[in-house]
Amino acid sequence: MRGLWKLILVELKLYLREPAATFFTIVFAPMLLLLFGTIYGNKPNPFFGGRGMVDVSVPSYIALIIISVGFMGIPVATAANREAGVLRRFRMTPLRPEAYIISNIASYYVMTAIGVAALVVVGKAVYGMKFEGNILSVWAGFTLGSLAFFALGYLIAGVASTARIAQAVGMIAAFPMMFLSGSAIPLEVLPQSVRNISRFLPLTHVVTLMRGLWAGEGWAEHLTEVAVLGGVLIVGIILSARFFRWE
Amino acid sequence: MTAIAIDRLHKSYGDIRAVDGVTFEVSPGEIFGMVGPNGAGKTTTIECLEGLRRPDEGRLSVLGLDPQRQGYELRERIGVQLQESSLPDRLKVREVMGLFAAFYRRSADSAALLEQLGLSEKAGAAFGQLSGGQKQRLFIALALINDPEIVFLDELTTGLDPQARRAMWDLVKGVRDRGKTVFLTTHYMEEAEKLCDRVAIIDHGKIVALDTPRNLVASLEAENRIVFSVEAPVDEAPFRAIQGVTRVEQSGGRIIIFGREDGLLVRVVMALDSAKIRFRDLRTEQPSLEDVFLALTGKEMRE
Repeated sequence: MRGLWKLILVELKLYLREPAATFFTIVFAPMLLLLFGTIYGNKPNPFFGGRGMVDVSVPSYIALIIISVGFMGIPVATAANREAGVLRRFRMTPLRPEAYIISNIASYYVMTAIGVAALVVVGKAVYGMKFEGNILSVWAGFTLGSLAFFALGYLIAGVASTARIAQAVGMIAAFPMMFLSGSAIPLEVLPQSVRNISRFLPLTHVVTLMRGLWAGEGWAEHLTEVAVLGGVLIVGIILSARFFRWE
Repeated sequence: MTAIAIDRLHKSYGDIRAVDGVTFEVSPGEIFGMVGPNGAGKTTTIECLEGLRRPDEGRLSVLGLDPQRQGYELRERIGVQLQESSLPDRLKVREVMGLFAAFYRRSADSAALLEQLGLSEKAGAAFGQLSGGQKQRLFIALALINDPEIVFLDELTTGLDPQARRAMWDLVKGVRDRGKTVFLTTHYMEEAEKLCDRVAIIDHGKIVALDTPRNLVASLEAENRIVFSVEAPVDEAPFRAIQGVTRVEQSGGRIIIFGREDGLLVRVVMALDSAKIRFRDLRTEQPSLEDVFLALTGKEMRE
């Protein structure tokens, strides 16, 4: 795995040099939180089970960050690197393909985690957000959700013939999911008919899992979410490996 | 030991036979060029050698290794400049060098490489800001970053202006002079002739000739041409009488004298002087690889 660390470092630097990617990963969710926090505040609300708007939004927005990296960041960057011949150039070195993929995933994971940290810091500092869960559990849930959506992102990159198509597919898949899954708008606000559809969206399970763990619920109460996301992860890995192309 | 050995390489894409039974060997320390028109099979051959493509048939050995089965080991020891490849636009030249150096067991001094390639001043520039020629030089620097034994250069100077092209030739000769083997492809006959120690001319996936450029041209037994312009039509007879002249053509104030022997030019100029013929734009044209290609394939190489 020679060069792996160096590559991870370089990937992170490159990520931070892309204004759009950095905005959607690190700035967008905290900004949204400030926007809705200003409008609704974070007063305990029986509608959210005695929690405030911000308390509920922070874990939901984690799903928002995950999908923006997984469906908008990864497919476009991966397809664009393939299209331009960047992957081809890497292939001409002794770098192992596994090392390339691992460094790629690691850099996206780190960036997503930084985005979550920024969101939590804003929630805590500005609104005194409540956190009743276990940090390790939340971290594990976040990791499961991230990796599942990253796998789908690589799958989109693999099946799309160009970066433009990857972008279109990612956006078309991401936007309805953002609004119907409870990640951008709390599920409680959505009418029952919409919530019936929501159940079939993988992102809804990230939202439910994150909100549950955030509120201190145990894993036993979220076996459905774990099963769905675990399934998405495994199928995603198999299919994205099957469709992955160097050129 | 041979640096590269190819024995009856075949590679087809569907019905198209891209490479059709190519065989040759490359010795260590030479600049070996494959020249031919676009689509002749040059890139397919070089990509098979690099391990990027799997041959349908035939045996390949590069530094004694099989490019397919021992690809990682091979890539430690070769340097590659691809015809089509790129790097992330926002990656800086210095970072590119540092990153690629980290992929190899052995690495050359990247600051010295940038210096040699005239990129020192661009070390802090992003890849996306480089000109075409600068990008090309950076790719050569990358091909040399692991201090390789063989350097593969695919269409090295395509898209470069003539001046940059000549500078690139000097650079490649410098690489050879430091003891490395260079394997390159080009569709510029002039480049093959001026740069390569040995040239394989390839057309429709087959090698039609392989030798030093000098021998290839000599094998043609083609004539030199002396070309000049005159004000008014002249009598051709005195020129025909010159020793070594085989043919004289005259049209529209332009005269072409064909001949083979040494000293032809001097005798033609003396004849012009003694006949008091006013002439201008006199030049000589030697047969080139271009003519070899024309003679062997029956078609012009120029696009």
